[in-house]
Amino acid sequence: MGKLFAVIVVVIAAVSTTIFILHTWWPPPDISVHGVGIDHELAETMIATGVLFVAAQLALALFVWQGSDARAGRTIKRFPGGATPLVAFAVVLVGIEILSLTFVGSKVWANIYIAPPDSGALHIDVQAEQFAYYFRHPGADARFGGLHPELIDDGSGNFFGLDPANDTTARDDIVSSSLVIPVNHPILLTLHAKDVGHSFYVPDLRLQQDFVPGLVIPLHFTATRTGKYEIVCTQLCGLGHHTMRAFLEVMTPDQYDQWLKTQAAQQ
Amino acid sequence: MASERARAAPPPVPAQTGVVAGIAAITMTFAAFTSALVMRKGGGSDWVHFHLPPLLFANTAVLLASSGALELARRRLRQGTPGATAWLATTLALGLLFVAGQLAAWRDLAAQGVFLATGPSSAFFYVLTAAHGAHLLGGVTALAYLRYRVRRAAVAPLGAFGAVATYWHFMDGLWLYLLCILAVSV
Amino acid sequence: MPDTTATASELRHVAPQSFLRRYVFSLDHKVIGKQYLGLALVAVCTGMVLSWLMRWHLGWPTAAVPGLGAVSPTGAPGGVITPEYYLSLMTMHGTIMVFFVLTTAPFAGFGNFLLPIQVGAEDMAFPRFNMMSFWVTFLAFAVLVSAFFVHDGPPIAGWTAYAPLSAVGKDAGPGQAMGQTLWAVSIALFCVGQLLGALNFIATTLDLRTRGMSLARLPYATWAWFITSVIGLIAFSVLLPACILLILDRVAGTSFFVPAGLVISDRLQPHAGGSPLLWQHLFWFFGHPEVYIAILPGFGIVSHILPAVARKPLLGPRVFIACLVAIGFLSYMVWGHHMFLSGMNPFSATLFSVPTLIITIPATVATLLWIGTLYGSKLRFNTAALFCLGFISVFVSGGLSGFFLAQPSVDVYLHGTYFVVGHFHFVMGVAAMFGIFAATYFWFPKMFGRMMNETLGKWHFILTFIGVYCVFMPMHYLGLAGNVRRYSAFADDYMKGSIPLHQFITVAALFTGAVQLLFLYNLVRSRFRGPLAPANPWEATSLEWSTPSPPPHDNFGGHPPTVHHGPNEYGVAGRSGDYIMQASPEPDPGA
Repeated sequence: MGKLFAVIVVVIAAVSTTIFILHTWWPPPDISVHGVGIDHELAETMIATGVLFVAAQLALALFVWQGSDARAGRTIKRFPGGATPLVAFAVVLVGIEILSLTFVGSKVWANIYIAPPDSGALHIDVQAEQFAYYFRHPGADARFGGLHPELIDDGSGNFFGLDPANDTTARDDIVSSSLVIPVNHPILLTLHAKDVGHSFYVPDLRLQQDFVPGLVIPLHFTATRTGKYEIVCTQLCGLGHHTMRAFLEVMTPDQYDQWLKTQAAQQ
Repeated sequence: MASERARAAPPPVPAQTGVVAGIAAITMTFAAFTSALVMRKGGGSDWVHFHLPPLLFANTAVLLASSGALELARRRLRQGTPGATAWLATTLALGLLFVAGQLAAWRDLAAQGVFLATGPSSAFFYVLTAAHGAHLLGGVTALAYLRYRVRRAAVAPLGAFGAVATYWHFMDGLWLYLLCILAVSV
Repeated sequence: MPDTTATASELRHVAPQSFLRRYVFSLDHKVIGKQYLGLALVAVCTGMVLSWLMRWHLGWPTAAVPGLGAVSPTGAPGGVITPEYYLSLMTMHGTIMVFFVLTTAPFAGFGNFLLPIQVGAEDMAFPRFNMMSFWVTFLAFAVLVSAFFVHDGPPIAGWTAYAPLSAVGKDAGPGQAMGQTLWAVSIALFCVGQLLGALNFIATTLDLRTRGMSLARLPYATWAWFITSVIGLIAFSVLLPACILLILDRVAGTSFFVPAGLVISDRLQPHAGGSPLLWQHLFWFFGHPEVYIAILPGFGIVSHILPAVARKPLLGPRVFIACLVAIGFLSYMVWGHHMFLSGMNPFSATLFSVPTLIITIPATVATLLWIGTLYGSKLRFNTAALFCLGFISVFVSGGLSGFFLAQPSVDVYLHGTYFVVGHFHFVMGVAAMFGIFAATYFWFPKMFGRMMNETLGKWHFILTFIGVYCVFMPMHYLGLAGNVRRYSAFADDYMKGSIPLHQFITVAALFTGAVQLLFLYNLVRSRFRGPLAPANPWEATSLEWSTPSPPPHDNFGGHPPTVHHGPNEYGVAGRSGDYIMQASPEPDPGA
């Protein structure tokens, strides 16, 4: 029985590790400036935990295999050195791992969430609601109109609660249901929610941030590759949670300008 | 061997341990309420100030007096002189009077148009006083049980008495703390 | 002499005769422990069926579940699960499993039955509180399950019940009316029940130990239950006020968690000024320690059983206790790691990340101590031993994936994906379940006086062990590929490539679930037909093995034992074999 257990553990460890190593399931290619650091951190953690995983499972299998030896008269053996070397090993090895991961990782984190956005960043305002995202560009005047929750009316397309009748800055705001941005240009999003908590997750962009009702949360990034990517909600927001998606369209600057013009004409 | 010697000391009182653990739990509960209050007051812009009903201060005096009565009961119980049950009954009555006073204070506030849902400050006022009152009623039940034990038991139940007294005095302290928090914030 | 033990002494030596006092409203910790385990068994079967339905829907979203249409005509018309019903199933699965299985079985259930016996007491310190503890928990379960039968169905806000979705009532969606209120009431009741239990565990361990049972001689399981009860005492007393505030937001019109200006279902909400993050902070201040409430009893159970099956002492017993204490202490400093991306101050993410990573050190040390204990051992491969070994394996797997999520910079990518689902199911779900299984196979003879069937038990272990790896390891792959969790289906070809893997997981989950029928059959059959158990079938040392199986009403027949040894005397030449029992008066061979 013990030998069977040991074999199963080895097989499980081997198969699990092989699938990780083959990258059969792996993050999509990164399309952001900050994502390099995240991928590096992920790979580093993968190697460190992978080694620990294989070592621990193999040690478990080995000791169980040896322990299943049923010969009579075999005496038990104490672990060489007792608990002290194990404690020292754990503290030093895991400690070094923690220090290095924290040191590198907090730089990566700070780069995304603590560093201020580029002063020339393109500001886009985002409203999340059950079960859609709306994105707002300030338009020709480069200013956003004020928000009035009581004016929100999805039926007439006033998703943000703008007041174009009295508010001149709101009149040229461009509202769209996809996030359209120019490539290689810093972007600043301000996230707010109309109803409940939501989240903004673009796996390709290595970026995720919750929307919290009552708060306006800034988020900045630069996309490095043109294309169409999916934005999904990862914060449970109600019955249609699984349908809450939008597209991120990263365009060349020319395409982007063209898009802006077309949109402005339609508003 | 050390543990065998330790056993010669008076046996531990589970009720006292239980009360200390209970006090730890209640402290955590009110710490959670307090941090909620601080976070809610700092985060929202809708905090409304109102005047605490003056009756609260009279209630405070009643509650402190009840603790005094409880100590008088304990002294009589320890010395074996009569009157312990009477002082226990006094403590119990003062405790109930405090609860009645708190209810009257609620009516005062309601008469001023301050209700639970009026604003965050009133919500915290009602929640904190109600939570304290509920815990105090638990103490009243314990006092009633203690009085029954004192009357029935051949030997004075000093261990159980100590546990109930610790809890009851803690209720005083908790109320003084809440009064300060409420006086500062609402 | 002061009257100190009146509550316990009233009960001494007299077993109640009436059916009601004996089996229903019993004050006997052994009966209450069995009641808790019975409740957990009902809960785990419910929770498992819910997970099958979820898995079915994830693998084949449009296929009808046979018979479900008749059971829930609105949630699953014609047997096809609707998106909102999926979320209800998910919410109820999480709530039932975390609260009514992973807290009640390893902690309240086995702890109640065994802790007083292991310290040599005749009962818990406060038997009446103990009885109330169970019945309040039972009421909490009844209230929760009743949500299935109210008009709009059970809540859909997940077991974490994030505000404002959980706080604004029916505008937030089906199940958010009555169902969510019932959820909040149930959890508040549950907190009360567990607080009463924790008080008992603490006072019993500190005050009712028998002669000679110093803290250093406490068995490891007792240590784990004691530390768990301290954690629970603090955690549940924070969740309780949070639930009260949530209930008030829902029914009394207050605004603790709901900010101003929310438009839900085209209706401007009448709330103002509340903070959704306040709920998250209060919830996770409880929620993270709750993970340790679920897993620390498993730590204790494994450390208790491992020496008995390896026939050698646990390596570094004092170090192990120190690990438990360190984990308990640190568990209160890490709750923010659930909120890295929640919009709280990004600086605090770094602050919460460091203790989260540090807590892996005591967990690693404990794991290494178990593996070191196995070195050079003479293992007896009974089913309890196998589940302990399985525990170590899955705990390693799940614990290591925690390394990823503990770092904010990696969590940015993996948060909200199946990686998280795989991680916590391994580390607190499967590992804790393996602890429960090990405890069941090990202590069943003591609880019911009959042995379980070992052949069935070993099949149960092998198939379950392979099954859980097939279910939860692939979830890590899904998460790496960016597959988000809590999606009832992947509409419009989104994540289409992941569906075959989801179908594989579903098949594995249904298979693993079916294997549990072996366990149920074994449980019921052994209860009535199993061979009679001797007092000490496993040749173990702790006090419960010094008394008959099952123990008499007051545990030791009116003669509480005197303890002469620690629980770790294995692999020594004793009068009764290679071990010395704690209550054995023979001299310590080391002295």
